[in-house]
Amino acid sequence: MKVEAKLEFQTSTVPKTGADLLIDLLINEGVETLFGYPGGAVLPIYDAIYRARGRIQHVLFRHEQGMIHAAEGYARIKGKPGVVIATSGPGATNLVTGITDAMMDSLPLVVFTGQVARSVIGTDAFQEADVMAITTPITKHNYQVQSIADLPRIVKEAFHIASTGRPGPVLVDIPKDISAGNLTEDPKEAVIDLPGYQPTIKPNPFQIKKLADSLSKAKKPVILAGAGVLHAKASAELTAFAEKHKIPVVTTLLGLGTFPADSPHALGMGGMHGTYAANMALYESDLLINLGARFDDRLTGNLKHFAPHAKVAHIDIDPAEIGKNVPTQIPIVGDAKEALLQLSEETAAMDDLEHQAWLEKLEQYKQEYPLWFKHDPNGMCPQWLIQAIHKVTNGEAIVATDVGQHQMWTAQFYTFNKPHRWITSGGLGTMGFGFPAAIGAQMAAPESTVVAIVGDGGFQMTLQELSVIYERNLPVKIIIVNNGALGMVRQWQELMYGNRISESILHTQPDFVKLAESYSIRGYKIDNQEDLIAKLPEIFAYNGPVLVDCRVLQQEKVFPMIAPGKGLHEMIGVKPV
Amino acid sequence: MKRIITLTVQDRSGVLNRVTGLLQRRQFNIESISVGRTETEGISKMTLVVEVEDEQRLEQVTKQLNKQIDVLKVSDITEKAIVVRELALIKVASSSQLRTEIHGIIDPFRADIIDVSKDSLAVQITGKPEKIDALIELLRPFGIKEIARTGLTAFLRGYQPQVNDFATYSLSK
Ligand SMILES: Cc1ncc(C[n+]2csc(CCOP(=O)(O)OP(=O)(O)O)c2C)c(N)n1
Repeated sequence: MKVEAKLEFQTSTVPKTGADLLIDLLINEGVETLFGYPGGAVLPIYDAIYRARGRIQHVLFRHEQGMIHAAEGYARIKGKPGVVIATSGPGATNLVTGITDAMMDSLPLVVFTGQVARSVIGTDAFQEADVMAITTPITKHNYQVQSIADLPRIVKEAFHIASTGRPGPVLVDIPKDISAGNLTEDPKEAVIDLPGYQPTIKPNPFQIKKLADSLSKAKKPVILAGAGVLHAKASAELTAFAEKHKIPVVTTLLGLGTFPADSPHALGMGGMHGTYAANMALYESDLLINLGARFDDRLTGNLKHFAPHAKVAHIDIDPAEIGKNVPTQIPIVGDAKEALLQLSEETAAMDDLEHQAWLEKLEQYKQEYPLWFKHDPNGMCPQWLIQAIHKVTNGEAIVATDVGQHQMWTAQFYTFNKPHRWITSGGLGTMGFGFPAAIGAQMAAPESTVVAIVGDGGFQMTLQELSVIYERNLPVKIIIVNNGALGMVRQWQELMYGNRISESILHTQPDFVKLAESYSIRGYKIDNQEDLIAKLPEIFAYNGPVLVDCRVLQQEKVFPMIAPGKGLHEMIGVKPV
Repeated sequence: MKRIITLTVQDRSGVLNRVTGLLQRRQFNIESISVGRTETEGISKMTLVVEVEDEQRLEQVTKQLNKQIDVLKVSDITEKAIVVRELALIKVASSSQLRTEIHGIIDPFRADIIDVSKDSLAVQITGKPEKIDALIELLRPFGIKEIARTGLTAFLRGYQPQVNDFATYSLSK
């Protein structure tokens, strides 16, 4: 496709530098916030940022990993690309985890890295890294700018690629002589020229018909809703469709909130720590409609036992996802919203699908095997803690988690009834993600309550960003689910490695309250339920950042669970143990 | 199974890296790869010969290649009516006495001698890979000093038979 776009420069002051042009281009794209960290190779860009004060805001993080996770959280909530700037070499390599994370979870990012001057590229110059080679497998696309004249096109293309089709990270590597170089004239237009990139939005009507037809015959239909529903902003369409035809819905971890958890047709999350009803629905189904999920192995369990009786329909904007893990009888390439709209039209006349027995069976599973935990009068149950947070926030908060047990408990017990409230690292499972992602979310939604629910392990990977929430007075509420351990690792060691607890206990901890205070942030330490109930309202009423060190029961495990190699129907810990 | 896959790509830096990196990550063995410019400026063509286990993996790799932004078209042409050629340079040990004998061997292959020195000569041959293999076998007794092959390059014939019973080009030896 070719798109011609006029550039509106606010200042037309030739001569200016490549870096000035870059900032103009970003403002032109509607970018309001830059997540960045300076360094030698991006000094010209930082000089341009200085000149552009008041036109664009830059937030200085304390580590590049923190800022890119923040950009991911921002992108997730804002629905627009998060924009990141890092210097060459170590700045760029510190981004690798975040770029990979965004790639796995299809989050739109535009990442600018500085590069050494073109004359010394390839000579192992100071702070040189081969960022193009390093990021090729972890970006949707990447560019190295070879001429100032290419900047307008590359920036336009980068935003276009990052935010359309299946979203993802795009990296633009800018040699220092380009950003420092002088413009000889104002480039007036940017032309997107991407003949090889044409995402299919509208699905094939014939395939939609086939799916409608299969649905009319199905006795045990189930919808699996993934993050593709979020990207397509198709929650309302999904809800209307599923409720009209009374089709039960399982969500993936990243799909939480795409379908209201309190709907009678909601089965909850599927997969390794999903609900029994959700997993049995996938297992017993005769028609599985995958809507924007990628059949991750944490969801499917052993593929041999995944939906063994089902005809599989897979709707995805990325054709390469279809048939990748699970053989698909009805492949539908397209946007989830478009597909649902067409499907709703096609099935409008079908009123009563004959699957009452199926609904009753699933309802019975839901009643008989709900998620559970046991109260312990002597300590604080992490699951109960999550429910208490749900209560005090009315279920309306934006919740970002880190990775580990607390992540799964939050997925299980903070019932998400609305989309765009849930931020977690699903595909890469990145510890250190949660807290900075919450910062980005708070920047994207200043009026919302944002909670970061983190483990004591993962929080210590990116806690330096406490500086940022203080500096910007971002009222993020940090809840440390402190079990004194790398809980999820310990759980696996207990269950799968004969209780050999190898290097998963955190024998020393910082005093988290003092730590918060040293960053001028309010800190609380809470180790019992009464105290939590008493303090939570005050914590959430306070209009500023708060850190809460919650001491929870150390031995608590995440159940139910599908052990590695097992099938969906082989869950353990379904009943209270 | 061996497949011949052609890619039409935009001639931008890094595209070869993307293609080979993608195949490497998915553990496909690339037997040969050739890249060159086409009739259109800014567009290049790659011809890959890859070993693929089954249809499903083949479909996956085709889709993944197609997904690359700079890739315009991916075709598996193994089963089509195609023209396939490879070029090889073969340096053979040879004395002046043997030169005529070697000439007699390479002539039916329409190969040429393109360099001669005191104790060796260089043969150039183009053709289907098995033709090149055959010539190499015939030259082997003289003592082969060096071989350089370009890998396949291929495209569809101008006329594609409508029925399925045409002889397909086979890569199996
Ligand atoms: C960067 C990174 N390193 C290692 C892991 C492996 N890992 C997964 S969960 C986990 C333990 C997390 O512990 P903690 O943050 O305390 O959370 P908890 O499980 O106790 O809730 C580890 C080490 C990971 N996911 N990410």
